[in-house]
Order: sequence, then C-alpha cells, then structure tokens
Amino acid sequence: MESLDLLLGGLEAAATPENLMWAAIGVLLGTFVGVLPGIGPAMAVALLLPVTYGLEPAQAFIMFAGIYYGGMYGGSTTSILLNTPGESSSVMTAIEGNKMAKRGRAAQALATAAIGSFIAGTIGTMLVVFLAPWLAGIAVEIGAPSYLAVTVLAMVLVTSVLGSSRLRGFIGLFLGLTIGLVGLDLNTAQARLNFDQPLLADRIDIVVVAVGVFALGEALWVAAHLRRKPLEIIPVSGQPWMGRDDFRRSWKPWLRGTALGFPFGAVPAGGAETPTFLSYVLERRLAKDGGEFGKGAIEGVAGPEAANNASAAGTFVPLLALGLPVTATATIMLAAFQSYGIEPGPQLMTDQSDLVWTLLASLLIGNLMLLVLNLPLAPLWAKLLRTPRPYLYAGILFFASLGAYAANQRPFDLVLLLVFGALGFMMRRFAIPVLPLILGVILGPLMELKFREALSLSDGEASGLVNEPLAVIVYAIVALAVVVPAVVRAVRGPTDPAEQKELVSR
Amino acid sequence: MNTTPSSAPGTGRQDRAQYGLAGLLGLIGAYTVYDASTLNVGFADPVGPRAFPYVIGTVLVGLAALLAVATARGDKPEAEEGEDVDLTHPADWATVAKLTATLVFTIATVDTLGWAISGAVLFVGSAWALGSRTLIRDVIVGFVMSVGSWYVFYVGLDIPLTPGVLDGVL
Repeated sequence: MESLDLLLGGLEAAATPENLMWAAIGVLLGTFVGVLPGIGPAMAVALLLPVTYGLEPAQAFIMFAGIYYGGMYGGSTTSILLNTPGESSSVMTAIEGNKMAKRGRAAQALATAAIGSFIAGTIGTMLVVFLAPWLAGIAVEIGAPSYLAVTVLAMVLVTSVLGSSRLRGFIGLFLGLTIGLVGLDLNTAQARLNFDQPLLADRIDIVVVAVGVFALGEALWVAAHLRRKPLEIIPVSGQPWMGRDDFRRSWKPWLRGTALGFPFGAVPAGGAETPTFLSYVLERRLAKDGGEFGKGAIEGVAGPEAANNASAAGTFVPLLALGLPVTATATIMLAAFQSYGIEPGPQLMTDQSDLVWTLLASLLIGNLMLLVLNLPLAPLWAKLLRTPRPYLYAGILFFASLGAYAANQRPFDLVLLLVFGALGFMMRRFAIPVLPLILGVILGPLMELKFREALSLSDGEASGLVNEPLAVIVYAIVALAVVVPAVVRAVRGPTDPAEQKELVSR
Repeated sequence: MNTTPSSAPGTGRQDRAQYGLAGLLGLIGAYTVYDASTLNVGFADPVGPRAFPYVIGTVLVGLAALLAVATARGDKPEAEEGEDVDLTHPADWATVAKLTATLVFTIATVDTLGWAISGAVLFVGSAWALGSRTLIRDVIVGFVMSVGSWYVFYVGLDIPLTPGVLDGVL
C-alpha cells in the first residue's frame, strides 16, 4: 500500500490551483488539437511540446498528461463524426461510432467514448501505480546485457507486429537508427555523420525529427492529395448523454476493453491497434445474433474506446519503469523527459520519485477533467471539424515551424525540419511506418551505450552480451516474436475479410 | 471508411519509384559505413565508435536490396490514407512546391525579419498555396497568430523569439 501513500502525496502536489490550471489548459489544448482532422495524439504532443519549454518539470508533466488524454479523446471525436479515422487506434471506434452518429445517436456515441475512456484511463493509471514501482524494483537489478536485450525486444516487437509489411517496418527502424547516429559519439567525442557541419555535431533534436515526420510530413502529404469534395460531417444534436439502457449495454464492454487494452500497452507489443481490434471482435461475438452491429452498436464504441485508453495508460509501465517507449506518443514524452535532463529508467522511480508520482496523479486528474470539460463541450469541438482546410494545414505548418524554431532559435533547425518533412512525405508515399523510425532515433543511442557497456565489462568477449539469464530469456522471446506475428494473423484469420482489409490498410 | 483499395501511384505492374527509394537507402547505408571507417578507435573501449554504424549501415544496404527484389516481384506500397486525403487523384506537386518555397523563404528571413513577420508570411503563403483566396482575412489571421505566439512565448514562457526588424516595436 506504499504506492497508495505516494500517490496521495502526488495528488496533493498536483492539486494546487495553479497546477490544476495547467492540467485544464493541457486537456483543452490537447482536445482542441486532437479534434482537428489529420492530427493524432503523437502529433498533438509533438506540436505542443514547445509550450512546456518555459515550465518547471512538474508543471510540464501535468500539462502533458492533459495533452495526452485530451489528444486521444479528440481523436475519437473526429472518428465518430467523420467517417475516416485519423489514427490507427480509432479505426475500430469509427466503424460503429459513425453508424451511430448517422442514426442521430452521435451524442450517445461521444458519451460512451468519453465515459469509457475515463473508466479505462482511471483503472489503467491505478494499475500503473502498482505495477511500475514493482517492475522498476526488478529492473534496477538488471545489468547492461539484459537491458540491451529488452531494448532489442521492444524494437523487434514494435517493428514486426505492426503494419502490413515487416520489410518496411525494418526500413523505418534502421533509418531511425541512422538518424540517431548523427552527432558526437558518446565515448570518444568524435562527430559521426555530420557532413563536416558543426551544427550537426550536436545530436539532432528528437522534437525536430518528430515534428518534421509527423506534422510537416503529414501537411505536405495531405497538400499533395487534398480531397476535392468536403467530407460529410454529422452534427451533434444536444448534450452528449446516455440513457439507462445505453449504460446497461456499455459498462461490460468498458471493463472488457480495459482488460484487453492494458496488457497490450504494458508489454511492448505495439500499442492500441491489436487490443481495439480484439475488443471490437469480442463485443461483436458476444452480442446476441450480432445485435445492432453493423447498424451502430454502442458496444462497438464502448469496448474499443476503453481498450484504446487502457493501452495508452499501460504504455506508462515500460516508459516509467524501464525508460522504454512503445508508442509514438510515449517516445515524444520520453524526449520531453530528456529535455529536462531526466533519464527515464529503473532509477527514475527512486531518483525522481516526487515527479513520477505527480505525473501519475495528474494523469488521474487529467482524466477526470477530460470527462467534466468535454461532455458539455462536445458540440463545440464538433464545429472545429469545419475548419477550412487551407487554414488547418497552414496552421500545422506554422506551429510545426514554431516548435522546431523555438527550442534553439536557429534557422538551421528549420532546414532540418524541412528535411524530415520531406522524409515524412516519402514514408507516407512508400508506406513506411513512422513509429519504428521514431523509436530508432531515441532508442538507438541508448542501445549503443548499453552494448558498449556490456562489452567493456567482458573485455570485448561476445559472451558479455548473454552472461545474464534474463538476457538469454529475452533473446529467446525476440526469436519467438518473429514467429508470433504469423500466429496473430492466424487468430485474426476467421474474421470478416472486409475488416481485415481495413485494418491491414492502416 | 474509404474502402477503395488504395490506388498506389504508378498503375503499372511495378512501382518504379520504389527502386529510387531502394537506391537512396543503399546510398545512406553505404555512406554510414564509409563515415564510420573514418573514425578513430578510442582507448580502453573494445567496441569503439565504429561497430554500431557498421552494423546499421550494412543492414540498411541489405534492406535496400530486399526492397529492390520485392519491387521487382510486384510489391506495391499502400500509400497512407487520412481524413483529408484523396488518393484517387495523382499527386499535386505544384502545391507541395509552393509550400516548400514558403518554408524556405521563412528559413531565409526569420533571423532578419523576425518571427512575427516571417511566421505571418509562412501562414499566409501556406494558406494561399493550399487554395485560400481570402487574402485580407488570411493576412489578419496570420499576423494575429505570429504576433500572438511571440507574446505567448515572451510573456508566458520567458522565451524571446527573434524580434528582427520589429525589435523595440513588439
């Protein structure tokens, strides 16, 4: 129960009026940006990162918690009201959610998404509170070889489980690792891949990479393929609320979705796509005679939305306990930690205990605020979907440049932004997934450090990489992970081929 | 949901542009290996700064080769879809070029003109490139955003963005 005491301490620290204000600003900004079509949670966090530059770490993290959950909720609003989801994690929500909206039940769909997100987020965060310290306690003991093995595991899982083409996943990963090489070598202080540019001797700021690949790349990609006809937007009539019957039908899917989502977030198996898909399939199977599925079943919104949020909460377990990000959003949060000179890892829970517990407490607060603010504001958010597209994408360009420029105030960062924007465009054209790239950029240097540490200890003997039992076990899992995707495909096999296609095409 | 099979650019049996990508990847990989070979190995460091780039560069060259083979066998990428993306038309390169030019202009002028002006130009130019034809409104929105962000950073976050020619005015 020590965790509960610490959490209460964190709540006390986070619940000052000023901090609550930062949380509210975060939730509003996050939802605002998340609702805008084409902007997912990862881009929302990356674009809003500069806003936190001038803040103390604790306040920045409080705001982040708000931005994170706000961005996710905003994303589901978009996918329910427009028939084309922005993020892979809200594909499943969109199927039934949009059909509900078309039948005039947009308010109920938004409500079940909001309440389901709240419940899943709260349960998920509480699980993080108990699991992360426990895992960190174990992880403090593990040495460089095992740590290296776990990093390899995260990379292989993220790269091979997600996406339709493993070849393209690995191309993304190794491009990211190459970008991570740029700059001074950690041990010998020699510049690598700097093209004799002194400005490249520093490591490339991950914020510039993320904003370039996510925001600028997306804006350029959309600009090249801008839809000529406006999309059909379904208006929200009345306040989002649910009747007794909606509650009766929603609460079980909420809990089942949470149970599915959290483990997938907590182990590095590739974010929210799989659990949201499984939740959708599960609810569909459990519905008698298919229920209303295909015509706008509330269960099909409640389950995947809960799974989505629970998995988002779950990603905090490896992030806080091991310093391992497994989603794009978590990667950018890791970059934010680093910009404050905080190295996430097993020591984080003890070294920066106050900060961690404040962050966890603000996740709970942010979650509650999301519910309180967004249920009444939903009709307003829906209006944002009508933002004229030239303004929307010009705005993304504007804020992407501001974000890249504000950190160091040198035009060179804007040049880099343009380069990574071009890379992001290319990746969208050739269907190379973004997550492995971002993961490679941030984990590459860490991996090299552990690799060299392990081999220094063993005087260069290769056995130094596998002299811990845990490392051997993890490498065995890595080997399995190459086989598991085939199994996952077999599990997904018996479902509707049309959905399969939709999922795979993401 | 847009269920039309993504009409990836290049309607032929092969996506020729993928060869270009494979070539680029191979080039990056090869350069990474070359660059690593110019480094000195430090003392008391059995691995040195070379090993990692060697591995990464070599794998990248290998992946490039695999991509070339896959392309030759008719592999095609499924280009990314999205809310505002319509893949049924060919890519509109003119818009992309205009946006890039606007951004390059911003890069070139941000130090001299300052964020308030360059940022506004960036917004107005991008909005125009994307098809907005309400110039006066665009200029007003652009200036409100750039001057507003300048003050938010200066007053709220204590970060003075480059004032440029407006030094003293802001």
